[in-house]
Amino acid sequence: MRREPPQRLADYGPLFFPAGMLTVFFVVPFATMIAVSFFQREQGGFYTAAFVFDNYARFLSLFFGKVLGFSLFLAVAVAVACVVIGIPFTYLLSRSPRKIQIVWLVALLSILSLSEVMIGFAWSTLFSRTAGITNLFVWLGLMVQPQALTPSFGAVMTAMTYQAFPYTVLVLYPALVRLDPTLTEAARTLGASPVKAFFTVVVPALRNTILATLIMVFIFALGSYLLPQLLGRPQHWTLSVLITDQAIYQSNMPFAAAMAVFLVLVSLALVGLALYAGQQRQAK
Amino acid sequence: MRDILNAKLGRRGVLGAGLAGASMLAMPSVLRAQEKSLKVGVYGGYFKDSFDKNIFPDFTKATGIAIESVAEPTGEAWLVQLEQAAKAGAAPADVSMMSQVAMLKGQSTKLWAPLDAAKLPNSKNLIDHFVNKYPDGKIAGIGAVSWYITLVTNTQVYKEAPTSWAALWDKANADKLGLLALVSNSFLLEVTAKTFMGGTKALDTDEGILKALEKLAEVKPNVRLWYRDEAQFEQALKSGEIPMGQYYHDVTGLAASQGSPVRSTFPKEGGIQDSGCWALSRASKKSEEAHTFINYMCQPAIQATLSRKVGTSPTVKRDLLDLTAAEFASVSSDIEPIIPRYDLYQTKSDFLNQKWTEMIAG
Repeated sequence: MRREPPQRLADYGPLFFPAGMLTVFFVVPFATMIAVSFFQREQGGFYTAAFVFDNYARFLSLFFGKVLGFSLFLAVAVAVACVVIGIPFTYLLSRSPRKIQIVWLVALLSILSLSEVMIGFAWSTLFSRTAGITNLFVWLGLMVQPQALTPSFGAVMTAMTYQAFPYTVLVLYPALVRLDPTLTEAARTLGASPVKAFFTVVVPALRNTILATLIMVFIFALGSYLLPQLLGRPQHWTLSVLITDQAIYQSNMPFAAAMAVFLVLVSLALVGLALYAGQQRQAK
Repeated sequence: MRDILNAKLGRRGVLGAGLAGASMLAMPSVLRAQEKSLKVGVYGGYFKDSFDKNIFPDFTKATGIAIESVAEPTGEAWLVQLEQAAKAGAAPADVSMMSQVAMLKGQSTKLWAPLDAAKLPNSKNLIDHFVNKYPDGKIAGIGAVSWYITLVTNTQVYKEAPTSWAALWDKANADKLGLLALVSNSFLLEVTAKTFMGGTKALDTDEGILKALEKLAEVKPNVRLWYRDEAQFEQALKSGEIPMGQYYHDVTGLAASQGSPVRSTFPKEGGIQDSGCWALSRASKKSEEAHTFINYMCQPAIQATLSRKVGTSPTVKRDLLDLTAAEFASVSSDIEPIIPRYDLYQTKSDFLNQKWTEMIAG
């Protein structure tokens, strides 16, 4: 069947619905947010429509710079951790019998049904002094006395990686299943060890998928605000936590909006940079 | 598909559809006219459950007005929602219980409909500072309940109850405290000022505030958790994971009465007294019912029931109440309370918030 280019306006019909949804649920709210970010904050009240740069000016400080820096660092760290654990895991999974694959995939998918609150509370119990895993270590004779592992950076990282891991596997899985097994077999025949074959054949073949996964987990982790709050110290609070504070607890919508706009712009820029770098390497 | 989209819509069809639509919109108000009702916002969880069980059914019995209780979040989230809804002419709740900081912010935008004192004869029972007024003297809100934030401890970890807020600064309590995460709900600046600077008047100047923040920064090594979510701290306090901190006197008392190893102590500098007002959204169309409700809640007998059943401290004068000394002591204290500097959260909220966040997260 030959596909004809759309001729009349009506031929674009199927596009209207998604375009409409995108406009109503993304473009309009985002535009509102940008508009609000320029509004005048009324201390002790709400805001009045205006066009001022105060909200952005307040954000441009060392303090918020550090918070933004930490948020980006945390999101990158979670993305890298997910991919580093996810690739070997998914690779082994895609090579295992069908039955085992199904069990694993169902288990991973069921993590997605857990809310962030449940994940946060579960990990804070697991990491607690009174009921946590260190009690098990004491019982096994590995530790002298139980200790609290939260709040700490490690606790935040663990919970966020746990939360993002199912997505990582779901993105990597189809690519790894489709990967031609004869490629690795060829490498093995030519004398490469399984580990070497994995790094010289499988990983390069998946470069685009890996980049896509990194970006997806990065964006996902950047929006996290509950886990850093539940499991981290105040220095581990992300920009999203401060945005929530401003919007919900200080009723300072303009400043919250300005911070959110800034966060979106910075993350878009980073994603753009990553895609550009990926294309450049491919062009070579 | 095409035919359906292009089907001719006759004049009659439009009229018919319009009529059906209009009658559907009108229906709920017809139903409402038969049964008077009022939507009341109270803090979700323990508060709402207690009100639903102990207060609202009696009110409906006495007045014939049905109450639909709405669980509202603490903090200013509810204020933001009410404000946004009022701009659109809607009221998610007619009457809401609002904390003082939220109350004042709502007053500055005239979110609360002025209340008519003539329709609230019982309001004269109230202690004066529990009646919120607009600058022109109109009543913006009427004290609903008051509550204390006190020094709480796990009784298994601390055999002896602490006696002073200074315990928060004690080096022996390293990594053992749970404190509220926000300047506007922890009121720790006031606590610092009262404990170390001779009173909350010390916060009058910016220098005073910065000095208090500096002193407060010394507790940071002792703080294990700066909490926004009350459940998180309550659970950790009960298990002894975080054995000391600041928390609500009423909820702690309830937990203790249910067998948890926790206690609430009024420090010698006083507990922090915060209060909630009943306020009517300007978008509400139930002014009559709202006045009836607020007036009902101002009765000494109801306030006494609240103290006994919900554990809140009364907003009406002590001598009008039939509470025994023991009952009164369980919800309040004769030690002079620390009253938050609400004015500061109005005039200097951004300054306070910025310095506070830098202090705890920096």
